[in-house]
Amino acid sequence: MPWSKIKPELNEPDFNNVTGKDKRIIPYADAIREALDQALSLDANVFVMGQGVDDPSGMFGATLNLHEKYGKKRVFDTPLAENGLTGIAVGAAIGGMRPVYFHNRPDFLLLAMDQIVNHASKWHYMFGGAVNVPLVIWACIGRGWGSAAQHSQALQGLFMHIPGLKLVMPATCYDAKGLMLSSIADNNPVIILEHRYNFRHKGFVPKEPYRIPIGKGIIRKPGEDITIIAASYMVSEAYNAALELSKDGIDAEVIDLRTLRPLDEELILTSVKKTGRVVVADTGWKTGGITAEISALIAEKGFASLRAPILRVACPDVPTPAGYTLEEAFYAGILEIVTAVRKLVKCKERADAKKITLK
Amino acid sequence: MKFSQETLLRLYYDMFRIRKTQLRIESLYHLDEMKTPIHLCIGQEAIAVGVCANLNKYDYISSSHRGHGHYLAKGGDLKKLIAELYCRETGCSKGHGGSMHLVDTSIGHMGSSSIVGGGIPTGTGMALAIHMKKQNCVSVVFFGDGAADEGVLYESINFAIIKKLPVIYIYENNQFSVCSRVSARQAGEVVFHAVAPEYMFTKTVDGNTVLEVYEAAREAVLRARNGQGPSFIECKTYRVRGHAGAGSDAKLGYRSAEEIGFWESKCPVTVFCEELLKKGLITQNEIQDMEQDIDLEIDEAFRFAQESPLPKGEHILQYLFSE
Repeated sequence: MPWSKIKPELNEPDFNNVTGKDKRIIPYADAIREALDQALSLDANVFVMGQGVDDPSGMFGATLNLHEKYGKKRVFDTPLAENGLTGIAVGAAIGGMRPVYFHNRPDFLLLAMDQIVNHASKWHYMFGGAVNVPLVIWACIGRGWGSAAQHSQALQGLFMHIPGLKLVMPATCYDAKGLMLSSIADNNPVIILEHRYNFRHKGFVPKEPYRIPIGKGIIRKPGEDITIIAASYMVSEAYNAALELSKDGIDAEVIDLRTLRPLDEELILTSVKKTGRVVVADTGWKTGGITAEISALIAEKGFASLRAPILRVACPDVPTPAGYTLEEAFYAGILEIVTAVRKLVKCKERADAKKITLK
Repeated sequence: MKFSQETLLRLYYDMFRIRKTQLRIESLYHLDEMKTPIHLCIGQEAIAVGVCANLNKYDYISSSHRGHGHYLAKGGDLKKLIAELYCRETGCSKGHGGSMHLVDTSIGHMGSSSIVGGGIPTGTGMALAIHMKKQNCVSVVFFGDGAADEGVLYESINFAIIKKLPVIYIYENNQFSVCSRVSARQAGEVVFHAVAPEYMFTKTVDGNTVLEVYEAAREAVLRARNGQGPSFIECKTYRVRGHAGAGSDAKLGYRSAEEIGFWESKCPVTVFCEELLKKGLITQNEIQDMEQDIDLEIDEAFRFAQESPLPKGEHILQYLFSE
């Protein structure tokens, strides 16, 4: 098994501290592309499919020109037929391949829910462990520039609901590569929900292949006063919110979940035990979403640690509007996180705190 | 096409065994010990047997909720089938699947879906795996007329043609989706024409005549093994039992007893048997011997199932993920 040769990495060594001569800094898309490149060269059973993976923009750069290196048999464009092609990917995985199926937006995954939910997620359990489905489905959540209701849905809540699926949401370049390699190495169906804004990042990414364990989160900033829990792009907002709050003397801990399913319950509960206060932030909707699930988890298993109610930062329960003034009202981020934290943490310097001006 | 006596007797034996297994399931179903929905393929045995007789152990099949026949024809373990109907730990799916979710990976049966049409793309994907791994195998997809209503059929066939995949679509048109006639759901022969005969090998056969099915499947399998791409075979047949459960559903009134009787007279197992008798290829004694062997095997399978342990509730989380 070639995948066991790739070493697991628990910690990202240089989160938000990417200076230094020996540090290789690359764009987010290149980190994903490098993971795919290494996976394709490591294991002949890996292949990459999806509408536009071999086009001139190469899926925001994540698959750019891989078809030239590995041939169109292993990196190929597909018909749009999302449900049929997802089933074909599932079947290929059952037949011993490791498909990576790319979609530029999760909205299109809704056309494939039958194969994702009724088939991929069930196959191992329903047949008593007889068959594996080592499948990666990748989709990138859109945001801004009038993407509107059908090109910007953050559907992690839907997928988190389904037993049998693993759900991965990277936040950094380092994780984009390491979690992609872990997802391809995994013997189960894994959904990677990317975020378009993550593609603005550049970061430290080691050249050699490495895996980040699925099911383990990471503390991006330790703190004592409050825990801010986030995933994917919301980690950046949470981290910047924590920096802003530190000016007020509030010491926030920031948890990057990395994977939503399996969820790193231990990391969450340990942090809550320490801080007693929680803000859960997400790029998706509030009702029935991941902020609801994580809040419920803390209420069930960490209630005794809580010193204040749990607050949630999420999108309002409406479809994404197109117009930019409405979009601005729709998206939550650093401002909402800072506001939520300030509601929960009584701060000595509060009276002196500068009013933050953002956006 | 000439058939050896051995082949003819094997085809008959396999159909007879599937029929007798189903009749036994049906006769015991009222005891409520098999706590799983059953979808019998009585009257459709010739399709599973005629196709699978052309396959080897490493070829894949994809099946549906009406899948007992496919499982047995491909060589699936009878004891594990019955144990699965009894929801036992020794069942083919360890009691996690039930009647609609059979599996036997040792003979290329990679699991059946009860979402109508669900196995069409996954079976196509197994053909993609064969193609990419350059294996000398084929993937056969069994599906009914209900599945032919679904969009994934066209999505999958299009892809199979583009990639020239070694996949054989076996369209078992038994004329009913639950109580809804195919004529109410499909415009004439539209499915057959929609699957693009100009781009792949297509054929319509009498699904109640095992030799017709066998010959068409043989050509399709040979083409697939020779890299000539996908095939589509429509097997016209009839669902003589109700959609689910045991016994006739004539009392529901959506079809007449005469209509069912007409198709029962075209029974693929007895008509074939009569032909063999007429041609002197089998004797009454040989049939009785066969029946005895089959009955013993079925007795043994039911005993195995009934004596097997049930899965324990505390193991409910097992098999959620593969390590």
